Amino acid sequence: MNLESLVLYFFAAAALAGGVLMLVARHPMRVALALISSMVSLAGIYAILGVHVIAVFQVLIYVGAVMVFMVYVIMLLDLRDPSFLERYGRAVVPSVALAGLLAIALAAAVSGGQIMGAAELAYFRPEGVTATFEVEAFSAEFLDRYWLHFELTSVLLLAAVVAAIAVIRTGRRRDG
Amino acid sequence: MDRTQLLLALSVTLFSLGFVGVMVRRNALVMLMCLELMLNGVILSLVTFAAHTGTLAGAVLVFLVFVVAAAEIAIAIPIVLLLSRQKRSLDVGAYSELKG
Repeated sequence: MNLESLVLYFFAAAALAGGVLMLVARHPMRVALALISSMVSLAGIYAILGVHVIAVFQVLIYVGAVMVFMVYVIMLLDLRDPSFLERYGRAVVPSVALAGLLAIALAAAVSGGQIMGAAELAYFRPEGVTATFEVEAFSAEFLDRYWLHFELTSVLLLAAVVAAIAVIRTGRRRDG
Repeated sequence: MDRTQLLLALSVTLFSLGFVGVMVRRNALVMLMCLELMLNGVILSLVTFAAHTGTLAGAVLVFLVFVVAAAEIAIAIPIVLLLSRQKRSLDVGAYSELKG
């Protein structure tokens, strides 16, 4: 076993531990910290896979933007309600059983299929094209071939901003 | 165990853990975070297949999914804020009149 797969196993175990801690932790802030550690471990896994662009964006967008936003909201809403004292709702056993069935079905679907080897992959890949996941190749491909999708995401983000403002304004009108 | 298989197993496990969290936990913010964990499991499988097949299209798709997730959180958090302001609670049991 070389060093790379050792680090991969470490990050996989850390991501898994973060996910388990999210279920056990009582305070939402601890859940958020467990999720952040899980996401950072996933970024490490992406870096080991050689997809450095995605690893950087995982840290920048997820940990840097989404989770910081979440932590701010948790600090803003320091409510002491029953959900802090009692972690779980009533349907614990059925939902855990359902999730177990889901996991078994997914695992069966994953292990039942044949993962393509190098020879089969070369058959599907165009001649002489070996994609590298460097920033240069990624951004050239992104703005060259997928520019329409890039523009559509800006429309989506604009719609999200408008919707967030609309949600906040309707709530304020009902209060006052 | 093959590296791809290991990462797919991790992806399935993270998705199921997030699913349990959404079903079981009572706090609305914690449920949102468990949704994020489910999405992260799916993204892990996307990145694994993109790295396995060596296609850049998968990486581009993951980037677009990141943008969608950011937009989703930007909408979901104000809704949770409004709900908690009305009911003075983050417990989903307090929102039972949303059942319809």
